[in-house]
Amino acid sequence: MTDSTVSTSTSTSTIAIRSRASTRIWRPSASLIVMALYLIFLLLPIYWLVNMSLKTNTEILGSFSLWPQDLTLANYEKILTDPSWYMGYVNSLIYVVMNTVISLAVALPAAYAFSRYSFMGDKHLFFWLLTNRMAPPAVFALPFFQLYSSIGLFDTHIAVALAHCLFNVPLAVWILEGFMRGVPKEIDETAYIDGYSFPRFFVQIFTPLIASGIGVAAFFCFMFSWVELLLSRTLTSVDAKPIAATMTRTVGAAGVDWGVLAAAGVLTIVPGALVIYFVRNYIAKGFALGRV
Amino acid sequence: MNKTVNQKAWFLVLPVLLLVAFSAVIPLMTVVNYSVQDTFGNNQFFWAGLDWFRDMLSSERMWDALVRQLIFSAIILAIEIPLGIFVALNMPKRGFWSSFCLVTMSLPLLIPWNVVGTIWQIFGRVDIGLLGYTLDALGIDYNYTQNTIDAWVTVIVMDVWHWTSLVALLAYAGLRSIPDAYYQAAKIDQASRWAVFRYIELPKMAGVLMIAILLRFMDSFMIYTEPFVVTGGGPGNATTFLSIDLVKMALGQFDLGPAAAFSLMYFLVILLISWVFYTVMTNLDKRDGAQ
Repeated sequence: MTDSTVSTSTSTSTIAIRSRASTRIWRPSASLIVMALYLIFLLLPIYWLVNMSLKTNTEILGSFSLWPQDLTLANYEKILTDPSWYMGYVNSLIYVVMNTVISLAVALPAAYAFSRYSFMGDKHLFFWLLTNRMAPPAVFALPFFQLYSSIGLFDTHIAVALAHCLFNVPLAVWILEGFMRGVPKEIDETAYIDGYSFPRFFVQIFTPLIASGIGVAAFFCFMFSWVELLLSRTLTSVDAKPIAATMTRTVGAAGVDWGVLAAAGVLTIVPGALVIYFVRNYIAKGFALGRV
Repeated sequence: MNKTVNQKAWFLVLPVLLLVAFSAVIPLMTVVNYSVQDTFGNNQFFWAGLDWFRDMLSSERMWDALVRQLIFSAIILAIEIPLGIFVALNMPKRGFWSSFCLVTMSLPLLIPWNVVGTIWQIFGRVDIGLLGYTLDALGIDYNYTQNTIDAWVTVIVMDVWHWTSLVALLAYAGLRSIPDAYYQAAKIDQASRWAVFRYIELPKMAGVLMIAILLRFMDSFMIYTEPFVVTGGGPGNATTFLSIDLVKMALGQFDLGPAAAFSLMYFLVILLISWVFYTVMTNLDKRDGAQ
């Protein structure tokens, strides 16, 4: 396109072409600098955490260095061999997976209903779901504590999983609905004419069509449950204590065990970092509740 | 999409309804219950009417927290929205580097919030943190646990670090939906870079930007974990935002009545903003459907 415009206007002076060429070379490099600075700004604090996790406490407190002089994996070793540490990760993973499964199981049919049918009160219901995604966990911390204590679920994984449904179920419904609207309705109608029952159609035909949507919804349920601290900390004490709460343990009588704290932090970043590549194109859609 | 009217669809929604009712309506009713009663312990309650609401509305503590919260949210929006747009405009459009940027930028969004706090708590320390140490070496007196301004700067920079990528990713998604033909037309018209931004990119991004603004406002409005880990609400009460104050009141001091009244008013604000959010989103859906 650019070439054709240039060639048709043969009278265009070489200076114009040169200046256009020079802007073409200059512009990306400005973008490059902006992006490089921004990415460095993002990565520097994370690098510092990784850096500290590989140092001994004497080195952290004794000298200031940009990279570990005395590389050690002792901090990670401590976390991965001490049950009171690694059980934190196990507990977190258990309630996060439970929450993801519950959220998706109930959200799938609901999202289908919202995307395909209109029924009495559907708009109000959809809005009410949104208000729950927006609800501050701080408002719910105390009532949750009392609710789950009174039914004997305090300090269990299922309590945290159910509590996190407060914001994850609405999120899953909204994201899935966004993806389902992209599937033409004719597919449903053809399947019903072909004699498929609803459950069979849903499992055999519809689910594969929105597989990426399910993956994205699962990722976001996993993530928001994983990053949440206030509710999971309030609802647990020992048996289901999440890693986020375990991390406060590093503050001891002899001060803070910085190396172990940093290593624990690094290990909490790993699950997200592992799967982020697969959902990179849907991240914006997920955060915007399926509406981009 | 034209939807079929089908009341049986309620059965598909029922599980969600029951689950969310269990995890939202029951707790909320408990809060309502507490907000109109007083107790001297021993599970003995008596009717207090709207006293707690009156108390909270005249409580300086709540107004201070609210003012701090609004200033915080305003600063956050004023920095993150322009910065996010700016970053999105500079992101590579395709190829390996585009993926690289997307992945790296998403990284802070996936870090547990207390770890975000921990990262900045460490990063800002004068003795062991890169930022604090550098500032100290440059001769700047920086201490986020003692100095109010420093605490605010730290909390704000942390939030910018944590969430600007969200704005950038949304803006980037909006930019990507602009067909090449628009840019070519602008090039033929010899439109300036600013004109391209003002008349092509900004209008096309308006929808997603609205979502970004609302999301950032909501999430900064209920921020709890990150400032709690870094400053603990201090020095003094300087960074005690609404959620921190509420948790202090409800779980720390067990002042159930005032905390409940506070919660309900907090929730009403959220409800109002959610409604704006919903209106924006449905309008956006309609516009997309029309295209």
